[in-house]
Amino acid sequence: MLERVKEIIEEQLNIEGVEITEETRFKEDLDADSLDLFELVDAFQDEYGVEIPAEDLEQITTVGSIIKYLQDKGVEE
Amino acid sequence: MLTGKIALVTGAGRGIGREIALALAADGATVIVNYNGSKQSAEEVVAEIIQKGGSAEAIQCNVSDFAASEAFVKEVLDKYKKVDILVNNAGVTRDNLIMRMTEEDYDAVLDTNLKGAFNMIRHLSRGFIKQRGGKIINISSVSGVLGNAGQANYSASKAGLIGLTKSVAREFASRGVNVNAVAPGFIDTDMTKNMTEDAKKALNSMIPMGKMGSTKNIADLVLFLAGDRSDYITGQVICVDGGMCI
Repeated sequence: MLERVKEIIEEQLNIEGVEITEETRFKEDLDADSLDLFELVDAFQDEYGVEIPAEDLEQITTVGSIIKYLQDKGVEE
Repeated sequence: MLTGKIALVTGAGRGIGREIALALAADGATVIVNYNGSKQSAEEVVAEIIQKGGSAEAIQCNVSDFAASEAFVKEVLDKYKKVDILVNNAGVTRDNLIMRMTEEDYDAVLDTNLKGAFNMIRHLSRGFIKQRGGKIINISSVSGVLGNAGQANYSASKAGLIGLTKSVAREFASRGVNVNAVAPGFIDTDMTKNMTEDAKKALNSMIPMGKMGSTKNIADLVLFLAGDRSDYITGQVICVDGGMCI
C-alpha cells in the first residue's frame, strides 16, 4: 500500500524526488498546510472508498498513520 | 470574456442579482439564476438571457437551508461539472428599530444574508479548491460598513459577510480562488423602495454624489471581479456608493 499512498501524496502535494517513508510527517517534512491535508484526505477517500470524518484528521500526521488508519478501516492493499 | 465559465448567482430573480446575472451572461458565462420565491421573475431573467443568445437556467433553492443548499450545489455540479463564479447576492430586509425588532426579524435576515452565503461557499469549497481557481463575490452593503439606524439585523448580516469574505479569502488564496465583497450604497431597487422613510432620509443625506446608484453600477464591478483582470485582488470590500464610505 505504501507505494500507492506515496504516489497519491506526490500527486496531491506536487512533489517529486522527496524520500517518503512511513515516518514522514506531512506538515513538518512535506510542508503541507491544512488545506493540503484536507485535499490529501479527500484523495484517499476517493481512492479507497473510505470515509474519513473531520474528527479523525488529528490522528493522521504521518504517512504511516494514514496507512494504519486505512488498514483499520479494512483497506487491504 | 467569461466564455466557458459557469456562474451561480443567488437571489438573481430581481434587483441587483438580476442585473448581475444579465451582465455575466452578456459576457459569455452560463448563469445559474437562483431564486427562492420569485419563480416568475427568475424565469424572465433566463428568457431574457437566452433571447440575447446567452445560456442560463433558473433553479429554486432557499439558500438559508444548509441541506437544501447542499442538494442545490449537487444538482448544479452534476449537470455543469463545475462552478467558476459564485455571487452570493440573496438578501432580505426586515427593517425596524432594535427596540421593536423581533427575534424572527433578526433570524430571518441573518439566515438568508449571512448563513446563505456560508452555505453556498461551504458546499462549493471542495470544487473551488480542486479546480485551483474561481471567483467568489459576496454582496455586502454600506450598511455593513457604516451601520444604519433601523437596520441592525441587516447591517449585522452584511458586516458578517465582510468577515466571511476576508477569512475565506485567506483560506483560499493559495489555491487561486479570489474572494471579495461588494458593498452597494443606496441603489434603486424594490428593496430600497421598501425601506422606511427615516432610513432613506438618513442614507440620502450621506451620499456625496447626491444620487442613488443603479443596479448596473454594481453589476459592472461584479463583472470585473468575476473576470481575470481582478486576479490579484482578494479579501477586499469595495464600496459602490457614490462616496458614502469615504
